[in-house]
Amino acid sequence: MTAQQVRTHSIDMSSVLRGKGSQDEKSEACIKVEDLKLFYGEKQALHGINMVMPKKKVTAYIGPSGCGKSTLLRCINRMNDLVDNVTIEGKILLDDENIYDKAVNVAALRRRVGMVFQKPNPFPKSIFENVTYGLRIQGINEKRLLEETVENALRGAALWDEVKDRLNDNALGLSGGQQQRLVIARAIAIEPEVLLLDEPASALDPISTLKIEELINELKEKYTIVIVTHNMQQAARVSDYTAFMYMGELIEMGTTSELFTNPVKKQTEDYITGRYG
Amino acid sequence: MIRLWFKSGTPWIWLNAAAVSACLIMVIGVLGLIAARGVGHFWPSQVAQFSYQEEAGQVQTIIGEKIDTSITPAAMAKATGYKMAADEDTLVQYLIKTGNRDITGTDFRWILARNVKQQEYPPEMMVVERREWGNLYGYLVAVKENGVTIATGEQAWPVVQAKIDEALAVFEEIAHLEKKEVGAINYSLEQLRLEQKRLQLKNRWDAAAEQRTAAEKAELESEYKNHQTQLSELYQQIRRDSLVAKTAGGNEVEIPLSKVVRMYQPNTMGLFEKIRHYGIKLVEFLTDDPREANTEGGIFPAIFGTVMMVIMMSIIVTPFGVIAAVYLREYAKQGFTTRLIRIAVNNLAGVPSIVYGVFGLGFFVYILGGNIDQLFFPESAPAPVYGTPGLLWASITLALLTLPVVIVSTEEGLARIPKSIREGSLALGATKFETLWLTVLPMASPAMMTGLILAVARAAGEVAPLMLVGVVKLAPTLPLDGNYPFLHLDRKFMHLGFHIYDVGFQSPNVEAARPLVYATALLLVLVIVGLNLAAILIRNHLREKYRALEG
Repeated sequence: MTAQQVRTHSIDMSSVLRGKGSQDEKSEACIKVEDLKLFYGEKQALHGINMVMPKKKVTAYIGPSGCGKSTLLRCINRMNDLVDNVTIEGKILLDDENIYDKAVNVAALRRRVGMVFQKPNPFPKSIFENVTYGLRIQGINEKRLLEETVENALRGAALWDEVKDRLNDNALGLSGGQQQRLVIARAIAIEPEVLLLDEPASALDPISTLKIEELINELKEKYTIVIVTHNMQQAARVSDYTAFMYMGELIEMGTTSELFTNPVKKQTEDYITGRYG
Repeated sequence: MIRLWFKSGTPWIWLNAAAVSACLIMVIGVLGLIAARGVGHFWPSQVAQFSYQEEAGQVQTIIGEKIDTSITPAAMAKATGYKMAADEDTLVQYLIKTGNRDITGTDFRWILARNVKQQEYPPEMMVVERREWGNLYGYLVAVKENGVTIATGEQAWPVVQAKIDEALAVFEEIAHLEKKEVGAINYSLEQLRLEQKRLQLKNRWDAAAEQRTAAEKAELESEYKNHQTQLSELYQQIRRDSLVAKTAGGNEVEIPLSKVVRMYQPNTMGLFEKIRHYGIKLVEFLTDDPREANTEGGIFPAIFGTVMMVIMMSIIVTPFGVIAAVYLREYAKQGFTTRLIRIAVNNLAGVPSIVYGVFGLGFFVYILGGNIDQLFFPESAPAPVYGTPGLLWASITLALLTLPVVIVSTEEGLARIPKSIREGSLALGATKFETLWLTVLPMASPAMMTGLILAVARAAGEVAPLMLVGVVKLAPTLPLDGNYPFLHLDRKFMHLGFHIYDVGFQSPNVEAARPLVYATALLLVLVIVGLNLAAILIRNHLREKYRALEG
């Protein structure tokens, strides 16, 4: 199949989906991606993506390695700005506001759109300082407030019971799974609207992975969540919507149950049934 | 067989191990030599009395410490002009420290071992360490008070010991008065004079100011007079006593006790007494001012100057280098220009240090310092304040010299911070500046300390540029004292490295100075090791604190 054909399909799909989303689900759109193109130098990594991610739902991106799902995710909080030589065209609307507008304050945007990375990346500071990092940047230094936030965030990330007695220990002393939940706590401590998870469980053992998945289920009550995953079972377990991407194109997007049981595209079917070459 | 052996890599391992051992042996050898030569200097050695037959025939008495022995082959000795008997195959010579420079003119001489008729160690032999003219070797004859003999013979020794302790106490009092009290008054008087001149230059010198200054001056002068009378009393007291000694030549000399530092009888000293003597001499070496053109006494001002300069240099170079590295690595657009700058920085590290000295003298001292003097210190003209070599300019010159090291290691440290940590901070809404300040720089601090360690190691051992920008042979005052503003950056200072050069090569009395060169060298090494250890401890602490993520 040529790239040209894929493109027409993806555009069709997204328009279908938009109608579908508003009919089937009563959720309102939180993030809209409109004709997003991204170039690393000469090389185009995203070929005009259109999609909608509803509020307080979990949207999963699946697809083979190098298909652009992480790149797309990192566009939502403008993490790609840090990469040299990157050009971005098109729009991403967060509550109808284009985040690529010149007037947008990137730091403020990232406060609204939190992110958790593939590998746990706690700062080499105490657990307490890790969780309060975002607040301190905002100039909040009141001890009572900080303590309260730390407890809430750690409870929210299902880590409180494990670390409540050693909040002043170095965060690097935690296990990988605990570190990842700490990083999630750190992200939700500043109360973002959207949480971006970039393969959050790929570096973890099965038990930690299970904990993270349970956590995602709880978190979606408060946050709009976008998750990139390699693991299709995981996408099926945790997400409400799933988008399948291939070679920088959005091939198909729909409710998770529909996409996994009744995919429209042959490519999607091949991928989820594991027949993809 | 051999081929197999080569293939196994064993010779390579042996070669590596040999290289390491060679390095180790050299380091230990250097330190060992310095230590062996330098540390023994303070040990009280026996003083011998030789009856010695000169080549001309007459017999005379020589008193002194045997310092060195030299053995020359007969042929070479003959060629130098010594008469050698047929059965002699070597010529043995002793180097004797005879002291008594004021009497004989020299305090070292070589004697021929074959001409020594008799050698003994008389117990009543004494060594008098003096403030001038070096050691005196001889026998105590009498002690005098106000020119009147009060003790002779065997009673003289305990009496003179008590008298010396008294004289030393008085001497210390005088030194304190002259250096601290009178020094402070002189400093204040000088400040008053400068204040007057400053007001005059500004045309604000009026009756009120004149009255105020005069009153202050009068007060200082009356204080000065008080000290002066006190001092003259003390001087009288210290000049009262003297001792009479008989020297090798049989002459009797009278030495005022005010000129004596200490006296001892090395031939009767037990081991513990010798250890005690050694300890006292060592403490004197570390804490006292130098005497006799730096060949006697202590080297405290040099230690202080070295440490002070290194600390000042660190304070200047660290922020400067770190800021430059942060800009180069974090903010500047990487490309041709930054590469060019990096090459330039690396090359700066290879410029000979004397060139920095010349630059420091030409730019910092004359241009910067000269302008500072014109702008801020017009009242002290024509005497320069900052327009002359001094501690500040030496520190800045060395900071410039060590800047590349700090920049390079800081850059390496910054490059080693994982991208994920920066992204984690940015994703929490931190700006680039906040990310740098709160996370990246603290994590890179061990690398900065590594840079500083290298900088300290280089700066503390540097001598050549310092000779141009602030080091002197003898500094009358330390750069840090009790007179406001306490830290005097414009002052010249002493430095261990320069001290070694000065004592070793510029000293009028080379033989006397040689052990001091070794002792000072050892001390310089120890000071550098100490400074480095301090920095390494801080770095290890930081490393532990900011242990980077594994992998």
